[in-house]
Amino acid sequence: MPGDDKKRAAHRALVDHVLNAESTTSAQQRARAFNNDALPPPLHTLISKVVARPAQVTDADVAAAQESGYTEDELFELVICAALGQSDRLYETGLAALTQATIDGRPDSAT
Amino acid sequence: MRLDLLNHGYRPGTKLLFALIRAFSGHPLPDAAKLVFYRPGFYGARAKTFTHEAMRGPSAWSIGDRELMAAYVSKVNESAFCVAAHTATAEQAYPDSAKVQAALTDLDSAPIGEPLRATLHMLGKLTRQGTIGAEDMRDVLAAGVTPEQVEDALAVCAAFNVTDRLADAFGFELLSPEDLEAGANYLLKRGYR
Repeated sequence: MPGDDKKRAAHRALVDHVLNAESTTSAQQRARAFNNDALPPPLHTLISKVVARPAQVTDADVAAAQESGYTEDELFELVICAALGQSDRLYETGLAALTQATIDGRPDSAT
Repeated sequence: MRLDLLNHGYRPGTKLLFALIRAFSGHPLPDAAKLVFYRPGFYGARAKTFTHEAMRGPSAWSIGDRELMAAYVSKVNESAFCVAAHTATAEQAYPDSAKVQAALTDLDSAPIGEPLRATLHMLGKLTRQGTIGAEDMRDVLAAGVTPEQVEDALAVCAAFNVTDRLADAFGFELLSPEDLEAGANYLLKRGYR
């Protein structure tokens, strides 16, 4: 049966700190980047690429976000949140599938 | 890197450390290492802890296996910097360049064990499609992988789904073959802390 371990605890500590620590951007902005949700253009373009097509991020994507008013420190934080968000969703999806597979595989699971 | 602060925004002591590393090793600090020195209280310190635990913490997977997983996930994400860095590290760790190259070129025919092959397929599907189900996991378990090994592989996958994205979003500079070898050697001696 999968359970908490040091790896998961370290990942959770990283995610919780990045989302909730006092920082340059607000916790609400970071949550939106983490969830890739309700972001204004052109930040939405950059963050969506970080989540779904990171190899296609261009200098122009970053420059457009800066020209819309975001500082480098703000973009540093929001890009990290977006990357962590997608990673976290994949991690949780994998762990949930493992939990389901191990529960289904138990001798008493068919009753 | 695309953000100027990641090239020049470090404290004087950190800049001195970068210069000393370059002077003594003969190699520049890779951008992946520089990144975790920028405002480490926000991201770098805890990111290093998690990545080191995933890549070097207790596990039934060898270090070579985990470096190959990192390279494989990075290949799915098309992250050139991370593919190169972790291919080089896996090749040194096993040490077996042909095996690593085969696994990254054609996983089905590569000379690796079935548990590792099934695990790499699962990590690839999860990273590529963003979804995976119990049936996929049952296939991995049926190949002889323990639930604990699956958890460990998912931690590697999580670590490199962050690093790949940051490498490409921030525009990490690709390393020369000599710098890749030196970086791989460092990661095998010291890990990710």
